[in-house]
Amino acid sequence: MTPRFKRLVETDRPAVSLTVDGRAIKALAGDTLMVAMLTHGDALRTSEFASLEPGDGRRAGFCLMSACQDCWVWTADGHRLRACSTPVEEGMAISTSQPEASWASLL
Amino acid sequence: MGKPAVIIIGAGPAGVRAAQTVARAGLRPIVIDEAARAGGQIYRRPPENFTRNHAELYGSEAARAQAIHQDFAALEGQIDYRPETLVWNVADGHVWTAKDGETQAIAYDALIICSGASDRVAPVKGWQAAGCYSLGGAQIALKAQGCAIGHQVIFLGSGPLLYLAAAQYVKAGADVAAVLDTSPFWLRVKAAPKLAECPDLLWQGVKLLADLKRAGVPVLTGVEPVEIHGDPQSGVSGVTVRHKGASKHFAGDAVAMGWHVKPEAQLADLARVPFAFDALTRQWLPQSDAQGRAGNKVYLGGDGAKVAGARSAEVTGELAAMAALADLGLSVNAAVDADRRRWLLSEKARYVRFAQGLAQAFPWPHHMVAAIPDEAIVCRCEAVTAATLRASVQSAHAQEANRAKAFSRVGMGRCQGRYCGHASAEIIAAARAVPLEETGRLRGQAPVKPIPVALKRIDL
Ligand code: FES
Repeated sequence: MTPRFKRLVETDRPAVSLTVDGRAIKALAGDTLMVAMLTHGDALRTSEFASLEPGDGRRAGFCLMSACQDCWVWTADGHRLRACSTPVEEGMAISTSQPEASWASLL
Repeated sequence: MGKPAVIIIGAGPAGVRAAQTVARAGLRPIVIDEAARAGGQIYRRPPENFTRNHAELYGSEAARAQAIHQDFAALEGQIDYRPETLVWNVADGHVWTAKDGETQAIAYDALIICSGASDRVAPVKGWQAAGCYSLGGAQIALKAQGCAIGHQVIFLGSGPLLYLAAAQYVKAGADVAAVLDTSPFWLRVKAAPKLAECPDLLWQGVKLLADLKRAGVPVLTGVEPVEIHGDPQSGVSGVTVRHKGASKHFAGDAVAMGWHVKPEAQLADLARVPFAFDALTRQWLPQSDAQGRAGNKVYLGGDGAKVAGARSAEVTGELAAMAALADLGLSVNAAVDADRRRWLLSEKARYVRFAQGLAQAFPWPHHMVAAIPDEAIVCRCEAVTAATLRASVQSAHAQEANRAKAFSRVGMGRCQGRYCGHASAEIIAAARAVPLEETGRLRGQAPVKPIPVALKRIDL
């Protein structure tokens, strides 16, 4: 798998460590979560309608400007984050699927 | 009695000029912006630790971007600036904000809405695949994060941003597989007199096209999108279009798609601003007088009211603020104001003609949208197909946009119709064989963006 995003400029920034579904990745300070995740992987989540519509599947965001909500990911304790507008922080633990028992954050 | 409360929503070019104008009159406006740093989308700034300068980030618009950023910074202390704050509702003379799990209702004597615009997107079969991004999003990836959205990027859509973003990608060293424009070239020639209102912008467009061609990027005009190929697991693998009667395929792992931008008009809607149908661009737009007065203490500025670009936004943001001040009885010097207003209005008129030229040269491809195949997904949020939408129109007599939404769920998803609303209206109109304006308008609903259920109210 090739990562989805390609870094072109501004690569001389300090590293930040986080985990995505338990896997350790290194991002750069100032990255959004979306960039951190998509320079290591090719998607952010799986559409909740993928089982109903065969053409639907994994998703990697769409607008990058907080308008489409296609980039939702979760913290280990069930907080929903918009990956395109959330800056990475050292030690973040991100889940690409919604942890159980966090329905309260779904609206 | 205290000074009047003026709230400005948005800190892009319109919001910044509005804030400056209100502060100059001795008021302390509240400026609410969803972003962490002022500038809006067009003059969006990377995080603090990035090092590219204004010329590298904004090219020919560097001086304007710099002026906006500096002028806003100079307002520190004179305004109540609330970044990273979402306005999720406007009701009963109050603006409702959300930040860090807390919500607040703030009363206003004047509300200046400079909410900006988002990409206008036409659905294309396969566009739900990972690797499809809005054109504006593709540009943000580069501008704000120094990244390309893929290793081989296809630009699909129409309008000046298509060429600008593609050229910026090429310049930054990205691999651009093709630029595919749905508008035929001759429309540009026809619109030239209007485009000549802003000769430097027209010239820039010509130059961008030359840059792309020099870089060996295939640029096709008058294409009809057929399919974005891909796999539900691994995402985009290419695009097929019809061009001059032949089918053409381009391989790529990312698609940047967009047909201009459209106003983020949900808050104006909630503030009960009237809307009217604009036949040229085929959409409903919030209405105001020439200076931005929209009634009920509400004023509109920038692309959030009518898309005419960043330069125009500076002008209309200032005009809206001047109108608000005049209505509050706070004109400092009536004669000076009248001169300034006259000049701003003539600038505005020029930008509006230019924007009309762009709309004619790079039209929204409504015939293509209306003819989208049944199996294509129209609503990306909930993976609803054109077939489902068409069936809801026929069987449930959901002949109006809001009813069709209820039956088919198109427009009900997380984006709240931002990226499917215009397309679904075209599909419904075609299915019913009626003019577009007869399908009605998707109403704005609070919250205009998802907010946590458990918000703590802090203004009580
Ligand atoms: S990508 Fe659209 S909200 Fe994040």
